[in-house]
Amino acid sequence: MSNYSFRKFKNSIFFVLCAICVVIAVIPLVSILFEVVIRGAPQLSLNFFTTDASKGGIGHAIQGTLIIVGLTSLIGVPVGVLSGIYLSEFGHNRYAQSLRTINNILTQFPSIIVGITAYALIFSIIGSSKWAFSTITGVIALSFIMIPLITRTTEESIKLVPNTLREASLALGTHNWRTTLSVVLPTAKNGLVTGILLAVARIAGETAPLIMTIQGSRYFFRGMDKQMAALPLEIWKNSLQPSQELISKGWGAALILIIIVLTLNIAVRLASRRK
Amino acid sequence: MMSTQENTTKPNQFFPEIDAVVKMQAININAWFGQKQILKAVNLTVKPNTVTAIIGPSGCGKSTFLRCFNRMHELVPNAKMTGQILLDGENIYDKRIDPVQIRRRVGMVFQKPNPFPTMSIYDNVAAGLKLTGAKKGDSLDEIVKHSLEQATLWDEVKDDLKKPGTSISGGQQQRLCIARAIALQPEVILMDEPCSALDPIATAKIEKLVTELKENYAVVIVTHNMQQASRVSDYTAFMYLGELVEFDETGQIFENPKNKLTEKYITGEFG
Repeated sequence: MSNYSFRKFKNSIFFVLCAICVVIAVIPLVSILFEVVIRGAPQLSLNFFTTDASKGGIGHAIQGTLIIVGLTSLIGVPVGVLSGIYLSEFGHNRYAQSLRTINNILTQFPSIIVGITAYALIFSIIGSSKWAFSTITGVIALSFIMIPLITRTTEESIKLVPNTLREASLALGTHNWRTTLSVVLPTAKNGLVTGILLAVARIAGETAPLIMTIQGSRYFFRGMDKQMAALPLEIWKNSLQPSQELISKGWGAALILIIIVLTLNIAVRLASRRK
Repeated sequence: MMSTQENTTKPNQFFPEIDAVVKMQAININAWFGQKQILKAVNLTVKPNTVTAIIGPSGCGKSTFLRCFNRMHELVPNAKMTGQILLDGENIYDKRIDPVQIRRRVGMVFQKPNPFPTMSIYDNVAAGLKLTGAKKGDSLDEIVKHSLEQATLWDEVKDDLKKPGTSISGGQQQRLCIARAIALQPEVILMDEPCSALDPIATAKIEKLVTELKENYAVVIVTHNMQQASRVSDYTAFMYLGELVEFDETGQIFENPKNKLTEKYITGEFG
């Protein structure tokens, strides 16, 4: 019996250790949330949302984030999903195998380098820095980050679709593309949506690739070829300012960004829970 | 290629009388997964309006053989095969023939019930017609009803046609899959151990259904259950280690097998 009580003891030790680790992991998250809400909430006002930096608001940064995330998704979602479909449904060859490896490396790529790459790409195509700091460059940089992410999650969630369903469809005399479109994709829908929303949340919070691309701006959107603002960049820039007022604006912007990202995450949960 | 010639046997060596009426005929089928040879010079004839059972111990190649009949074998990576399978006298492995067309004429029911989880019961039955762009509208309703009736499932699901195909019991799901295959009005129905995942009552229903189906179709059923083969089939093929050991009328196979190996298997000495 002493053996039994020793095992029970070990069990409770293990449980306590796990519980402590969870608390340690949660402390930073909760304290960040707490700090951001405490410091950011006083900043919120109608003016804060609707005006640009010249009038003390961050409306330009919210607008910029929505524009750049929207444009990037327009490119990243279709390209990423189609690449994922290719890799999982037709990728049984060497070419696809090397694509898969490269793609997996890209998902882990340092984002500052992605930004510089996008800048260098546009610079070398146009031949001057005129377009290099622009919305277009920013969209390209964020697409480089988004496409591999979506490709991977799409491939993984499509792979989970049992092969018996593909065979059932093919045995009915349907073509491959029909089977993918009407049987495989609907079955993998939850995983697809989750992957897309997580990728959107990820690029909404990216700062480093924007430094060398959209650069930031004090004004509302002025055109695809001009510099523009975005929330993460606004936070970063304001935090470096010597003015207490601007630093407070940064906290306000941080709160807005966290709300956007958290909303997306909650949307992911709801989307993946619904049958 | 060499192995093909080595394994060549005379076609129809297992047929006491050559019948003029043949729906499908497998001639000298060899099949491999990678380097491993699964089927060795197998010949078989399927007559219309009959049930042909393929029995044999696990791993003898009976499922692989069945999957050659509607060109599903070639979907597995590294799978290859040689030989001919004739459908109404035409080789389905001819280069000019699209496997998609063959699979519409030769339907298949799988080991585990596999209705499409994202589709309703109605859409599952209609799937073959919808996905191949064949039928729309009122006639579709009739085909769905007729197919479910033939699969003896209509009375159980007629009020729940909008529910997901996976919401019904396993036995019902398997009959749904049969209805899905019937809806395309194929000429031959292949069944790959359709009852192995089902309880005895559901099995009895499927078996009864199989004997009814032969009024309209030629049925080929793979089973590891010898009693099932003797109950439902008109002809039985016994396979062992990739070879067809004996093929004859079911009564002959079970009461008076010509081959010692068949007799041993039937009497349960190995398996």
